[in-house]
Amino acid sequence: MDFNKKYTPQSWPDHPEQSTLEGKNKFLGFWLFLGGETVLFASLFATYLALKNKGPSGMEFSTNTLFELPLVFVMTMLLLTSSLTSVYAMYHMKNHNFRGMQTWLAITVILGLAFLGFEIYEFNHYVHLGFTYGQSAFSSSFFTLVGTHGLHVVIGLGWIILLMVRNAKRGFSLYNAPKYYTASLYWHFIDVVWVFIFTVVYLMGVVG
Amino acid sequence: MSHDAQVYVKSQTEFEYLKRKRKQAMRSQVTTFAIMIFLTLIAFSAVAADFSKYYIVPIILLLAAIQVVLQLYYFMHMSEKNHSFPAFFLYFGAMIAFTFVLTFLTIVWWQ
Amino acid sequence: MREVKVVSSIAKKKGFGATLWDYLTTVDHKKIAILYLAAGGLFFVIGGIEAMLIRIQLAKPDNDFVSAGLFNEIITMHGTTMIFLAAMPILFGYMNAVVPLQIGARDVAFPFLNALGFWMFLFGGIFLNLSWFLGGAPDAGWTSYASLSLASPGHGIDFYALGLQISGAGTYIAGINFLVTIINMRAPGMTYMRMPLMTWTTFVASALILFAFPPLTIGLFFMIFDRMFGANFFDHTMGGNTIIWEHLFWIFGHPEVYILILPAFGIFSEIFALFSRKRLFGYSSMVFAVVLIGFLGFMVWAHHMFTVGLGPTANAIFAVATMAIAVPTGMKIFNWLLTIWGGSIKVTTPMLYALGFIPSFVAGGVTGVMQAAAPLDYQLHDSYFIVAHFHYVIVGGVVLAILAALHLYWPLMFNQMLSEKLGKWTFWFFFIGFHLTFFIQHFLGLMGMPRRVFTFGANQGWDLFNAISSFGAIFMAIGVIILVVNIIITVVKNEKVGNDPWEDGRTLEWAIPQPVPFYNFKQTPLVRGLDTFWIEKQEGNKEGMTYAEPLSDIHMPNNSFIPFVMTFGLFVAAFGALYNGEKDWAIPVLVLGLAITLTSMAVRSLKDDHGYHIHKEDLMDDEGGKK
Repeated sequence: MDFNKKYTPQSWPDHPEQSTLEGKNKFLGFWLFLGGETVLFASLFATYLALKNKGPSGMEFSTNTLFELPLVFVMTMLLLTSSLTSVYAMYHMKNHNFRGMQTWLAITVILGLAFLGFEIYEFNHYVHLGFTYGQSAFSSSFFTLVGTHGLHVVIGLGWIILLMVRNAKRGFSLYNAPKYYTASLYWHFIDVVWVFIFTVVYLMGVVG
Repeated sequence: MSHDAQVYVKSQTEFEYLKRKRKQAMRSQVTTFAIMIFLTLIAFSAVAADFSKYYIVPIILLLAAIQVVLQLYYFMHMSEKNHSFPAFFLYFGAMIAFTFVLTFLTIVWWQ
Repeated sequence: MREVKVVSSIAKKKGFGATLWDYLTTVDHKKIAILYLAAGGLFFVIGGIEAMLIRIQLAKPDNDFVSAGLFNEIITMHGTTMIFLAAMPILFGYMNAVVPLQIGARDVAFPFLNALGFWMFLFGGIFLNLSWFLGGAPDAGWTSYASLSLASPGHGIDFYALGLQISGAGTYIAGINFLVTIINMRAPGMTYMRMPLMTWTTFVASALILFAFPPLTIGLFFMIFDRMFGANFFDHTMGGNTIIWEHLFWIFGHPEVYILILPAFGIFSEIFALFSRKRLFGYSSMVFAVVLIGFLGFMVWAHHMFTVGLGPTANAIFAVATMAIAVPTGMKIFNWLLTIWGGSIKVTTPMLYALGFIPSFVAGGVTGVMQAAAPLDYQLHDSYFIVAHFHYVIVGGVVLAILAALHLYWPLMFNQMLSEKLGKWTFWFFFIGFHLTFFIQHFLGLMGMPRRVFTFGANQGWDLFNAISSFGAIFMAIGVIILVVNIIITVVKNEKVGNDPWEDGRTLEWAIPQPVPFYNFKQTPLVRGLDTFWIEKQEGNKEGMTYAEPLSDIHMPNNSFIPFVMTFGLFVAAFGALYNGEKDWAIPVLVLGLAITLTSMAVRSLKDDHGYHIHKEDLMDDEGGKK
């Protein structure tokens, strides 16, 4: 099997990511990994819920007063839109439109970087208020949960950028189609986790 | 395993048809996206409007669950075929996640 | 893409250096299996020595063979080594050796990741054991409960957390690998209900790994962050809660013991059918039982926490769920007995182990159901009764399976047969020693002797039983020594035995010619039913397999040194993390280690590796028939 075989839009398979055994394996393996990541984030969520607002006596930080909704709203919109743009990228991959896919992936990366920028600003703000990592059990669990999500965003961005750079000169093949697809699945999963974070941490936090 | 994979060149009609189908599918993805934005807006507004927390919390959790279902089934293509194992494993993980969270909410502190 | 001419493997004589490099870079599941077996075996011996030291210290009251602190380190390392570094890797070795062959595949789904998983396990284990030489091993028990372990001075617990984190990641990778392999790469005709039990149990155990290891990962990270980076997850003065560790650990820990026992069940299912020359009784119910055990295994973890104070409702729920697991397990025991019943039994060494397993594991299981009754557990918790229970299920279940499979699968892996005579000597010494050591401990527990104590006062009524227990350990040691002698003699004699050496093989792995070609199957087999090799043999098919496709090119993966380098980077980084704050070079070393790992990952991603092809002409002999 020639992995560098060039296809035309007419001969490109309907599901390029699953047209080889390697592709099928990567597809399934990655979904299974996401199943495991679900449990991973569940542990972090569960710990956060158990430890929120808990700290040394007389602690002045609490979820009602600490979080600022407008900022979280902007971050949510950015990440949600980036999820849509990655769907666009996959749409172009199905149509064997390499330039289209690269463009939409670039937009996804930009939105992701913007999200990260806001998150770094937010964390920095908290640290200045005295809400540092070691301040309390609440702070440790908050920064670990949201920070782990942020770390996943960093990894996702690095992955997509690496794919874009590596394949810029050589376009599609049945070898890199599964890679783009799994990266896109990862990016959607990060948005799924963020939906729970903004609901459980920020919205429920403000409500009290 | 044999690697003489068949390369199937589609006819022009078939190709045009598929392109149209994909365009329609993409439009329904954008609709899904719009619904997600709408759900997010409702959630944020509900919190900003300062209703009782006993109403808001179940509602925003429900909205989050709906949004996650839309992400999984449409953006992540879980509604398409070949997804029975991914769906099973994800649901099983979600079930364990639910048990986990329930535990930490109830039996971490001495009751 | 390289093309490779297949040369007869007998003609290729490799030097030591070449063989070493081959093993350092292999992605072949059969070689990785041997690596797992060797490394796991080495850690088994280390864990066994730690066990002997424990029993020597406890042989008489007020003993001072080892100090209290050292004793705590020994018991911690004994448990951690045996579970994480001996039992699991050896079982992975068998899974690697057998499962791809049983399902008719040429390798696992992700050969590169298979190698990576092995090296991560090994380096994690080495890192953990280096603690002995670098200031002291962890000393808070293999469960490392948060209050005690946070207070533990020195770096022992840090070695525990970082070492297990690396090792655990390796296990997680291997779990995903087997799941995808079994789902996607079965030969044509092998439906799920035609898979042998070894494959089924590997499948369910891998699913358990997928879901059970993330909580451990998080727990270990919390421990690392609390100890090394000032976090407050478990510190109640800062709002933390030590019970969180217990939940995280046991949500992992309980499925972990099912991860250990299910492959053991699979091995015994193969043994009972093979050596009774009768197919496994109640195949569908066996599969159902395995799946149910896997599922229920996630619902019972708090039975390790009955005395924590979770409240009577929680305790009741978990007590009932725990008792429920006994039901599918019991089903399996009856099915095994009914498999032997009416069969033409051949009492070989593996069959001896299997026959010894039945009463031993049942004994361990029933004491487990006793402990499931929460009120009784209040009396038994942290006593030697618990120690007796889990050694009965682990030694009587998992270790007996490991020793049985060593004999059963040795001819498959090495084309040699271990000595039956020495094997039976090993069995009897080990089996008698095991019961002597641990049966008596039930009574010690009932008499009130707590566990994890480095010594005990004289004249409490415990002296004689402890002495007997320690005496039994000597028998087990002798058994293991005889086994080592057996292995050495067999390897030196190097007598080839060919395929189907047990003569009654029922499943595909016995149909393959010996020595197993590195590509496993020249042509993908066609599976025509359960116990597919048996069916072919009954029909008089000399080849032992019918084929699903004509001879064609075979696509194989390339060897790679990158898994070794990636893992080495993590190993280096772990030292940096460990000495963070204490030594100036810590952060640079941490960064260097991560850089090595990330760079090698980049090299892997950026340099295409499509494997190579074996052309079908090289698989045929000069007349055009199969070689």
